[in-house]
Amino acid sequence: MTTATMDDPAAGTAARPPREPRPGLMTSIRRSWDRYWYAWAMIAPVVIVLAVLVFYPLGYGAYLSLTNANETNVAKDIGPVHIGATYHWVGLHNYWQVLSGRDGDFYPRLEWTLVWTVACVAITYSIGLGMAMLLNRKVKFRLFYRLCLIMPWAVPAFIGVFAWRLMLNSQYGVFNDIITSVGLPAQDWLGSPLSQKIAVIMVNIWVGVPFMMVALLGGLQSIPGELYEAAEMDGASPRQRFWNVTVPGLRPVTSTVVLLSTVWTFNMFAIIYLLLGNNTTGDTDILVTYAYEKAFTGVSDYSAAATYGIVILLILVAFSTFYRRQLKPEQA
Amino acid sequence: MTATTPLKYRGRGERSRGASLALHGTLIVASVIAVFPVLWILFISLGPSSAWQQPHEVLHHLGLSNYRFVLLHSDFPKWFRNSLIVAGATTVLGVLVSASAGYAISRMRFPGHRTLMWTFLVTQMFPMAVLIVPLYNLLAQLDLIDTYLGLILVYCTIAVPFCAWMLKGYFDTIPRDIDEAGRVDGLTPFGTFWRLIVPLARPGLAVTAFYSFLTAWGEVAYAAQFMSSDHSTLAAGIRTFASDQRADWGSMTAASVLIAIPASLVFLLVQRHLVTGLTAGGTKG
Repeated sequence: MTTATMDDPAAGTAARPPREPRPGLMTSIRRSWDRYWYAWAMIAPVVIVLAVLVFYPLGYGAYLSLTNANETNVAKDIGPVHIGATYHWVGLHNYWQVLSGRDGDFYPRLEWTLVWTVACVAITYSIGLGMAMLLNRKVKFRLFYRLCLIMPWAVPAFIGVFAWRLMLNSQYGVFNDIITSVGLPAQDWLGSPLSQKIAVIMVNIWVGVPFMMVALLGGLQSIPGELYEAAEMDGASPRQRFWNVTVPGLRPVTSTVVLLSTVWTFNMFAIIYLLLGNNTTGDTDILVTYAYEKAFTGVSDYSAAATYGIVILLILVAFSTFYRRQLKPEQA
Repeated sequence: MTATTPLKYRGRGERSRGASLALHGTLIVASVIAVFPVLWILFISLGPSSAWQQPHEVLHHLGLSNYRFVLLHSDFPKWFRNSLIVAGATTVLGVLVSASAGYAISRMRFPGHRTLMWTFLVTQMFPMAVLIVPLYNLLAQLDLIDTYLGLILVYCTIAVPFCAWMLKGYFDTIPRDIDEAGRVDGLTPFGTFWRLIVPLARPGLAVTAFYSFLTAWGEVAYAAQFMSSDHSTLAAGIRTFASDQRADWGSMTAASVLIAIPASLVFLLVQRHLVTGLTAGGTKG
């Protein structure tokens, strides 16, 4: 096995490097450098940027979560005077405060975050799948419909949210006019906590459907038509065809988009924050917006915000690990 | 008898009239819901500045006064230029970087390969709320606060992991034989990537570009915290129209329409590729 010392970048494309007796550390570093430098050079920009701008701040955030840093005791410059940091290490105190429920906010926020995530993902997925199936048929004006349906994705989210805010305005908003004309009672949409919750879920679905629809439409188009023909030959009803051909055929796309949109929804900051602004009782805050408010309103509590952030991250990592493990046996 | 052809005589892919009506009906309703909020903003923006309070009056007072105010008497053009610089640079940089990383992951096996894929996924999960304070301190140390470069790099960290993940999936669908052929003709791996694979991956790249552009064009939180008024982008700047003291919804609607136009143009350019580009990436998790 001498190829490892040859300066042949193409070797990097070969399958896994074969096992060989362990050489000295320096030699093995040099060898793997010779073999892999090409691949490493191509990923270097991403790795460097992520390391500096994501992982370093993350580590710093993790450190802050173990201290009692807040606005009054971090280092700052007032004019020419530099005041050093006076916060100190408190160990896992912050985590204990949060997880034992002693700060009084974590579990209510977590509960609403879960409701919000599950509701948004489930409804968005169902509507997205429905629309994708309609668009996957031969239908006149298909391009036109597709362009219309993708619209909420094409305009920047903050504009979509702003449009809804204007429409949901209790006094002048057109949304109440529309639903009263259908016979439903008018609501103060951005007023009470419950209606605010319904409003944010509604807007998030409006924003999220196009992504689902486009991804699932691609998934539908990649299912070979012969499968449907064969199922039809065997006398499968449309319902059976849906459950036995469409659903399994969509599985790879489904698993990816559900994972991604769960993560995105769980961390969805812009929609809740922009739709409701400061006009909330705090009941509509999900974990992320709650953490943001900790960090930027009143006396900024950096350590608590960081603690929440780390907890959110741990929840998501645990979820996605579990999710992927669940899927693996079936995907193989 | 002919109007209601019995089911068994209907050819493949044909529909009864009722089914056809239901299909079009559903699609029309869905399209209206999707488009209405956007059109509503456009409609309000054409009225006088108090139009949002009296939508019925708009038709009688159509005019461009909101646009005139926004374009001539506000900082909007400045914000627009800032956004264009930031979003344009993010797109170019994001696509280049994520394409090369995606290609390396798709074609080469190297130590750290799996870790990197996992990292890209995990990066999506980082709540902005933890990152924003340390990131601010870090950028301040690097003298990048309130600079275009700082914001561009931050946006790349949001866009690149997702784009690289998707492009890796797209590159996986391009046959490896093409790489082999390039190699035989004496191209370096990078040459193969640049001359052969990139042109073939146009749909995937288009989606990536679209995603990066929209990320940068519409991001609010970082832009609002990191940039001063001179460098503020549209998303951050537009909020000053609707401050607590003076809610100028008329200007806000006009500005929104103007902001949506470039985003929609980019979108129209790539929408042809959107379906193919996105799925190929999605299927290969």
